[in-house]
Amino acid sequence: MLRILHDTKYDFIKYWHTAVGATIAFIVLGIALMGYHKVRTGEAVNYSIEFTGGTVVQLHFARPVAADLVRSSVDRAGYSGSEIAAFGSPSDYLIKVPPKTGVVAAAASDSVSGQLVASLRQAVPGDSIRVDRAETVGPRVGAELKTKAFTAILISFAVTLVYLAIRFEWRFGVAAVIATAHDILTTMAFLAMLHLEVSLTVVAALLTVIGYSLNDTIIIFDRVRENLKKQRKESLYGVLNRSINETLPRSVMTHATVLAATLSLLFFAGEVIRPFSWIMAFGVFTGTFSSIYIAGPILLWIEHRWPRTPGAANKGAARAQAEERRREQPAAPVGTR
Amino acid sequence: MPLKYRVLTILGLCLVSIWFLFPRNVTERERGSDGLLHDVTYRRIPLREGLDLQGGMYLALEVDDSKQAIPADQRADAIDRALKVVRSRIEGFGVSESVVQKQGTDRIVVQIPGIQDQERARRLVESQAFLEFKITDKTQALERALPRLDQVIKQRGLVAKSETGAAPQTPAAKGLQGLLTTADTTKKADTSKKSDTTKKGAAAAKDSAQADSLKIQPGGALSSLIEQGQMPGEFYVEASKAPVVENYLADSAVHAALPPGKDFLRGSDSTLLQGKYYLTYYLVDSKAIMTGEHLQTARPNQSPSEGTIVEFTLDNEGGRRFRSETGKHVGDYMAIILDKRVMGRPPVIQSAIGTRGQITMGGKDLAAAQDLALVLRAGSLPVPLRVAEGHVIGASLGQDSIDKGRRAALIAVGLVVVIMMVYYKFSGVLAVGGLVLYVLYTLAALAGFEAVLTLPGIAGFVLSIGIAVDANVLIFERIREELDHGKTVRTAIDEGFRHAMPAIVDSNVSTILTAAVLYQYGTGPVKGFAVTLIAGIFASLVTAIFVVRTFYLLWLNRTRGAQTLSI
Repeated sequence: MLRILHDTKYDFIKYWHTAVGATIAFIVLGIALMGYHKVRTGEAVNYSIEFTGGTVVQLHFARPVAADLVRSSVDRAGYSGSEIAAFGSPSDYLIKVPPKTGVVAAAASDSVSGQLVASLRQAVPGDSIRVDRAETVGPRVGAELKTKAFTAILISFAVTLVYLAIRFEWRFGVAAVIATAHDILTTMAFLAMLHLEVSLTVVAALLTVIGYSLNDTIIIFDRVRENLKKQRKESLYGVLNRSINETLPRSVMTHATVLAATLSLLFFAGEVIRPFSWIMAFGVFTGTFSSIYIAGPILLWIEHRWPRTPGAANKGAARAQAEERRREQPAAPVGTR
Repeated sequence: MPLKYRVLTILGLCLVSIWFLFPRNVTERERGSDGLLHDVTYRRIPLREGLDLQGGMYLALEVDDSKQAIPADQRADAIDRALKVVRSRIEGFGVSESVVQKQGTDRIVVQIPGIQDQERARRLVESQAFLEFKITDKTQALERALPRLDQVIKQRGLVAKSETGAAPQTPAAKGLQGLLTTADTTKKADTSKKSDTTKKGAAAAKDSAQADSLKIQPGGALSSLIEQGQMPGEFYVEASKAPVVENYLADSAVHAALPPGKDFLRGSDSTLLQGKYYLTYYLVDSKAIMTGEHLQTARPNQSPSEGTIVEFTLDNEGGRRFRSETGKHVGDYMAIILDKRVMGRPPVIQSAIGTRGQITMGGKDLAAAQDLALVLRAGSLPVPLRVAEGHVIGASLGQDSIDKGRRAALIAVGLVVVIMMVYYKFSGVLAVGGLVLYVLYTLAALAGFEAVLTLPGIAGFVLSIGIAVDANVLIFERIREELDHGKTVRTAIDEGFRHAMPAIVDSNVSTILTAAVLYQYGTGPVKGFAVTLIAGIFASLVTAIFVVRTFYLLWLNRTRGAQTLSI
């Protein structure tokens, strides 16, 4: 039997001051970077055109093309405020055009991408230009999507809180949700550090990170719930530490497989899905971290602030006892031919 | 459940999955290289690919307020009627599997997979196709109104410095009269070689005009830009100056100062004069003698003299009205106006016209005529629409995404398999067997529910491969703990599965809840992601809890109470 981190007795909770300090520093750094982006580009978060409105055109040239040439052609087409970036290789370009209003936009019979390509065809004679992607979003739709994404995050919070309150007790629910909120903050900080573009797919990744992190927290809390029933004398501090240690092999294994999947996405699935992959890869780490160092200490703090009264059987304990009784029943014989 | 039934259930699930995924014939209607529609039959796995994978176009259309004010209470009705028109246009365009549907209360979503010419498709759905027949002005009303228009433009302060600078004006030939002579000279230049010198002279005059024009000319903001055309009511504006003119005309005060009962509309043609492009404009009666509502058929054609044309016929009632109206206007010019644009050069009415007519397309190709005939047949949109959201993905990018997604998935599976087999040995092999079935079940579920596979969906699938083994890991770790407590192999396996259950259920339910929220609030690709994630979680629950356990039971039966377990 190959075993890693088996039967460990690390005192994880002891270092929570350091851990919380580090994570706060990380978040503060992220917020500072957001401020920096705000000053530099006018937007704290690098929203994709899905949220800001505008047009994005991804072009593929048969041969590598200098960025200056692309820029001058885009300027000539009348879109001088555009953002131009190579996309993966020097023969692929991403042109981001801010939303345009007024008579000129209304009078144009061709779409923005059509105009851009027409202008580029003059500059790159004989070269074939292929439009790989052209996306246009009106400002009103952008604002709507922003609200929708925000609502989605809030609702997923509410839904999980309710579920955890039913399955566990409110102390666990609150601790898990705070740990999740922490994950969103660190992920936002991470976004600011890499200056990744926030698109709908990135929001989806963020929500998946939430789910993944909760998953992790729940595994530990489930063990805590179980151990609390077994060892009634042990302090919550001890139970927490023991539960984290007991679930450590599982955590390592699961993170290893998820990280394997995420890293193959990051390195092999291409440029379009890369921001998503970055968020997921980071999510594996922040999810693990928050399950141990955020959810645990907060549960301790809540316990300290509102200690559970031994006499009054709360929902969680009642359910736990019922489960205990079920488990003690002898296993039914199975697998006979 | 007896072991026999367990095995049968698994095999049954496999058979159903294979049936869902079995390649079958799919008939698609495609436009071939000859421009005609063909039914083509493909044999492929019935997994629907989203637009971001197969390439195609997604358009969300909304009412365009900038062109026409629509009261809020008429919006919903207008959208419903517009939906029918857009649908029949897209059906006529002949791309199979295209989708036209209403989104919310005020949007129309159009999805056309595999489209090549996006501009064309965009015009097809966006053009209002409002056909009107109007008589052009013969009374020189614009010429008389020009001084007033110039004055209004000046009063409104619309003449920016740069715009005046850009407006050339010959000092010797100020205003319309002077330009009229220029136009005349040009005509002569075209016809006779003798006037070659005059042409050069005119060009020189223009050059000097450009030098002079840096000085701000008082008045004449509009009249300096407009030249008399070759027929009554026709005017030329140099192509580069057209935005300035459009800008003037967009102003409400300027619009009000136009001759009463007349419209000033752009034509579809442009003319090359003295090496410069000129756009045509027409002054026409505001009241149409006829609209396109009586149009019965429309079809494209090639005419040797006029190039590409669209021939149309009117119904009986329309024909009667058209005959009487055109009878009143014999000798006048009739502008055929499509969406506020004069199509071709207005023909002179020789005699009363009945039910047949034609629209000349200028230099446009047959495809443009096909599209025009199509939109005319489908009817006009009750309200102008504009693209609120548009996504066009090239087929090659889609294929690239599929290839890379497949590569990432294979590598992910490979890594997970290695990790599981190295760490859990024999049990790891069982888990990998479960993983194979997991992939099969997930893909089958996607095919069975006709879910759309998108790029984020592929990412979700790859991710769920990593997450899928989590349940196995939880169970295996539990079994190890039970073995540590000195339980027999059979009991340890049994207890391991039992004790791991609450954690597995809780953690997966929370992920499903998040994915459900994503499904509810996500659009397009994100929805695809949520679907694959949900399908993946269910499949992983089935394989980890049911399939892998059955594998264990089979193994226990074969070894008849093994004393050690490789885990």
